[in-house]
Amino acid sequence: MQFTRRDTLVMGAGAAVATFMPLQVFADATEDVSAEFAMGEAITDGGVELTAPEIAENGNTVPISVNAPGAVAVLILATGNPSPKVIGFNFGPRAGGQTASTRCRLAGTQDVVALAKMADGSVKRASATVKVTIGGCGG
Amino acid sequence: MKKFTLSATVAASLALFAGAATAQVTDALVVEGTTISTSAPAADWLDIDQVLSGWSFRTVETRALQMDDFDNPGMIFVDQAIDDWSTVDGTEGKSCSSCHTDGPEEFAGLRAELPRWDEAQGKMMNMEDYINLSRVEHMGAEPWKWAKPRMDAMVALISLQSRGMTINVAIDGPVADAWEQGREIYYTRVGQLDMSCANCHEDNYGNMIRADHLSQGQINGFPTYRLKNAKLNSTHARFSGCMKNIRAEPFAVGSEEFRALELYVASRGNGLSAEGPSVRN
Amino acid sequence: MADNVKPRVRVPRSAAAGEAFEIKTLISHKMESGQRKDSDGNPIPRSIINHFSCDFNGENVIQAALEGAISTNPYIQFEASVEESGTFTFTWQDDDGSEYTDSKDITVG
Repeated sequence: MQFTRRDTLVMGAGAAVATFMPLQVFADATEDVSAEFAMGEAITDGGVELTAPEIAENGNTVPISVNAPGAVAVLILATGNPSPKVIGFNFGPRAGGQTASTRCRLAGTQDVVALAKMADGSVKRASATVKVTIGGCGG
Repeated sequence: MKKFTLSATVAASLALFAGAATAQVTDALVVEGTTISTSAPAADWLDIDQVLSGWSFRTVETRALQMDDFDNPGMIFVDQAIDDWSTVDGTEGKSCSSCHTDGPEEFAGLRAELPRWDEAQGKMMNMEDYINLSRVEHMGAEPWKWAKPRMDAMVALISLQSRGMTINVAIDGPVADAWEQGREIYYTRVGQLDMSCANCHEDNYGNMIRADHLSQGQINGFPTYRLKNAKLNSTHARFSGCMKNIRAEPFAVGSEEFRALELYVASRGNGLSAEGPSVRN
Repeated sequence: MADNVKPRVRVPRSAAAGEAFEIKTLISHKMESGQRKDSDGNPIPRSIINHFSCDFNGENVIQAALEGAISTNPYIQFEASVEESGTFTFTWQDDDGSEYTDSKDITVG
């Protein structure tokens, strides 16, 4: 799928708008999804590692990886996207480690969050800010 | 790097470029055991000292995508072309593999020489020309449109056979006129932004144009998988995109002008390695 | 079924029992996010791979729930560890109900 300049502008506008007034809308969406994942448990920082580029050359394909030793499930969220969920992982008995990588779309510069649910039900969080650049010729 | 001569029109476009040059990497690009030269001494007719692959200008994450064939999404399309290679099409009941029984490997080295003069055809040929020649003359099939997925994928599959080989495009003899025409296009300012290829890719490579690290605009890695549109991009499609970006009316894909420009730009990369399908932003 | 969907999987041919190793998967798919509009301004319906799973000899390695924010040609990399020789099976589920599968054998010992 190919995002045209117009799409990117619209998505970018969404991200820009999010920075100001309806910040609440996206923040609420991220909070709602996080709360649903946490199932009433408190979310604490640390214990999960999120790797994302500081600067993404193109928001269309951003490599991200998560490493959450001891986790049973991981949820990755893009807090500035129109819909925050990116991908959820469930690790089975044959997993060699609680680690996974993928490539995602980011609508603009924003925080990416990884939530990890541990075997005891506790929930860990890591986040990373990714700057999404705009092509030189607006192309 | 050549000095940027300041004039009224240039001053406007100069505002696009950031002051300080950002260093390009000099890491080695090794893919599946093949070493790819990402820099080489420039030809003596060039105003730059060194030619550099576009790979050198990308971020560590983008560069990594090209260092492993599995991570390189361009290889998806190579797989699709492998399927097409043995798919019968046309009135003769043939596929590529009917004649080319040794597989696409038969074409090792071809990409590094293209575009080139073909005596039998009496004209300059590039990869798309050769693919369509086979389709029409030998398979009795419809020619593929240029800059479309099936064509770009087949160009990628055949280009891959030359990966790591040194680009060595001839610029004299029967192609001399086309090369001269290509050089003329390269240095001619066009479009509302009044810019030539050289303004960005010769005078300002290594500088930032807004948030983008300008490369030398080399085509040794084409077709290239771009993160931006998540597909293979052909040389002519990229030329067209560049011209639109400077608000110029692009020449047509497959036109005489773009063929000439392809020859000239390809020859600017003599000494680099064939890289396609590469990965760019 | 979406056009030109082709899975690619990389699994080592052999591994030591209990040792973690990397598996890479990639499938060609446009991953239409549902966020875009066509040239007439009408929303383009979502059409993505929404689920991926990898199993080994009937036991699960990993499952993934993919959303519209996953890039075109979804790439997923993870680790597995096995105690015996056997077969990995990979399944991708499309919004349109199609299922794409691949499998790879591994030798332990």
